[in-house]
Amino acid sequence: MQKDLNWREFLITRLIKFSGYSAVIFVGMIFFFLLKEGLPTLTEVPLGDLFATRWYPIESYYGILPLISGSILVTVGAGIIAVPFGIGVAIYLAEIAPRWLRNTLKPLVELLGGLPSVVLGFLGILILSPTLRVTLNLPTGLTALSGALLLGGIAIPTVVSISEDALDAVPKSYRDAALALGATRWQTIWRVTLPAARSGVLTAVMLGVGRSIGETMTVMMVTGNAPVLATGLADLFSPVRTMTATIAAEMGEVANASTHYHVLFFIGLVLFLISLVVNVTASAVVFRQKKRAEWVLS
Amino acid sequence: MKRTLLFTFLLVFLVSCSSSGQGTADSAPQTYIENKGSDTIVNLALAWAEQYQLENPNIRLSVTGGGSGTGIAALVNGTVDIANASRQIKQKEIDLANEQGIEPMEHIIAGDAIAVIVNPTNPVRELTLEQISKIYSGAYTNWREVGGDDRPIVRLSRETNSGTHVYFLETVVRLGDKESKTLFSTNTLLLPSSEGIISEVRQNPNAIGYDGLGYVPEDLNMIAIAPEASDEYILPSVDSVNNGTYAIARDLYMYTNGEPTGEVAIYLEWIMSAEAQEIVKELGFVPIN
Repeated sequence: MQKDLNWREFLITRLIKFSGYSAVIFVGMIFFFLLKEGLPTLTEVPLGDLFATRWYPIESYYGILPLISGSILVTVGAGIIAVPFGIGVAIYLAEIAPRWLRNTLKPLVELLGGLPSVVLGFLGILILSPTLRVTLNLPTGLTALSGALLLGGIAIPTVVSISEDALDAVPKSYRDAALALGATRWQTIWRVTLPAARSGVLTAVMLGVGRSIGETMTVMMVTGNAPVLATGLADLFSPVRTMTATIAAEMGEVANASTHYHVLFFIGLVLFLISLVVNVTASAVVFRQKKRAEWVLS
Repeated sequence: MKRTLLFTFLLVFLVSCSSSGQGTADSAPQTYIENKGSDTIVNLALAWAEQYQLENPNIRLSVTGGGSGTGIAALVNGTVDIANASRQIKQKEIDLANEQGIEPMEHIIAGDAIAVIVNPTNPVRELTLEQISKIYSGAYTNWREVGGDDRPIVRLSRETNSGTHVYFLETVVRLGDKESKTLFSTNTLLLPSSEGIISEVRQNPNAIGYDGLGYVPEDLNMIAIAPEASDEYILPSVDSVNNGTYAIARDLYMYTNGEPTGEVAIYLEWIMSAEAQEIVKELGFVPIN
C-alpha cells in the first residue's frame, strides 16, 4: 500500500514537472525549427539586399525593412490606443465601479476578446475604413491606422482582464491605509493601488502588445498590404504591410526550400526575436522592481 | 428544372451520406478527384464539378482555390489530381516538379479577360495600355493626368501569389516587354481576394483595380482599353475577347501529372465539350473554340 502510494506520487510529480518544462521545450523546438528554415536566407540573400526597402519576392526583391516597420507602426499605434484605454477600464472596474456592475462588465469585455479576428476584419473593411477615408479625407481607408484601431480593440480585453485581476489582488489594507492618511480616492489609485499592482499591469500590457504584433487576419484585411517603408507616426495614415500578413499571404504559394520560403521563415524568426526582446525586457523590469521593493522593506 | 435537379442531387447526397454513416456501403464505387488552384478559376471549376457530379454520381470532385501558385505547388507535392492555373507554369516550377518525378501537362480549358475597374463616380472611361502601365508603376499619381478629377490614384492589385497579378504585371505594367524591369509602385495595395478589390473600388472614388471579367459586378465601371492611343477603345466582353480586339485576355489552364488517365481523362474530355463550355459562358468567361 505504502509502496503503491509512493509510486503514484512519483508518477504525478514527474507529470507535473514535465508539464512545467513542456512550455520551455516547445518554445525551444519552435525556435530551432525557425532557425533551421530561416537561417539559410543569410547565405542566399546578401545582408544588404535583405535589409533593403523593396519587397517584391516574385522578382527576388527581399527587402524586409518595410515589413518590420509596418509591424512596428501598427503595433505601436495599437499600444497607444489599448494601453491607456485598457488600464483606464481596469481601474474603473476594480476601483470605482460597484461590484454588481463589475461582475456584469468584465465578462462582457472578455467576450469582446473572444471575437474572431476575421469578423473584426470584415467590420474594418466594410465600416471602419470607408468611414476613416471620408472623415479624415484620406486617399484610401485601408491604412495602418485602421489596423491599429482594430488591433487596439483586440488587445484591450487582454489588457483589461489581466490588469483588473492584478488591481483586484491588491490587499484592501493598502487602500484603507492610504485613505486613513488623508489621501483622496484618486491619490490612492494613482500612488498606491496602481504601483502595487505594477507587475501584473505590465504583464497585461506585454500580453496585449504580443497579441497585436502577432495578429494576422485583421491586419491583412485592413492595412492595404502595400510594402512601403514607414518612417514615423505620420505614416499611420498610409497603407503598410506587416510581417504576419506577408507570411500568411505568401506562405501558401512558395515552393518548399526555395529562397522565398527561407526568407518567410527568416521573417518569422525576426518576429519571434522581437516578441522575445519585448518579453525579456518586461520581465527584467518587473524583476528589478521586486528587488528594490524587497530592499526597501528590509 | 436546374434547381430541382440540384435539389435532388443534394437529397441524394444527404441520403447517401446518412446511409454510409450507418455502415451500409454505397453500391457505386466512388472515385475522388482533387482539383485545386487559381482563385480566378475556382467558381468555374465548382460549376463544372457540380454539373459533372450530377451526371456521374460515382465521381466526387473536391474543388479548392488558393491561387495558381498554390495549385501548382500542390501538383508538385502530389496532393492533387488537377491543378488550376490562370497563367502558364513557369520553367522553375517545371524543374521542381521534375525533381519530384512529376511531369506537368497543360490543358487549355477556357479564356479569360481582365477588366480594369473604377468607381462609377470616376469620369474616366477609356485608357490606353500605356496609361494603365504608368498608373500602376507610379508615374501617374493623380486622376487629372489621365483626364479625370483632381484626386489621388489608389492602385489596387491582387497579392503576388495570384496568377492574375503576374499576368497583369507582364501584359499591362510591362506592356508585354520581357526585358522590362518595371514593377508595381510600392504603394500599390495588395489585397488578398477579388472581393477585397471589388469592395474597395465600390466605395472609394480614388481607386483603380483589376479583376477577371467574370467577377466584375454590374455596379462598377469597366474601362475601355486601347493598345495604342490611335486604336479604338474596346470594352471587355465575350465578343471582344473572342475576336481578339480586347487587349488584356488570356487562356486558363488545368495541369495534370503526365497524360491524364481514367476518370481524370474523361473529366477533362467533358470539360472540352459544348455542354461544359456553355457553363464557361454563363460565368462570364470566354469559351474555347
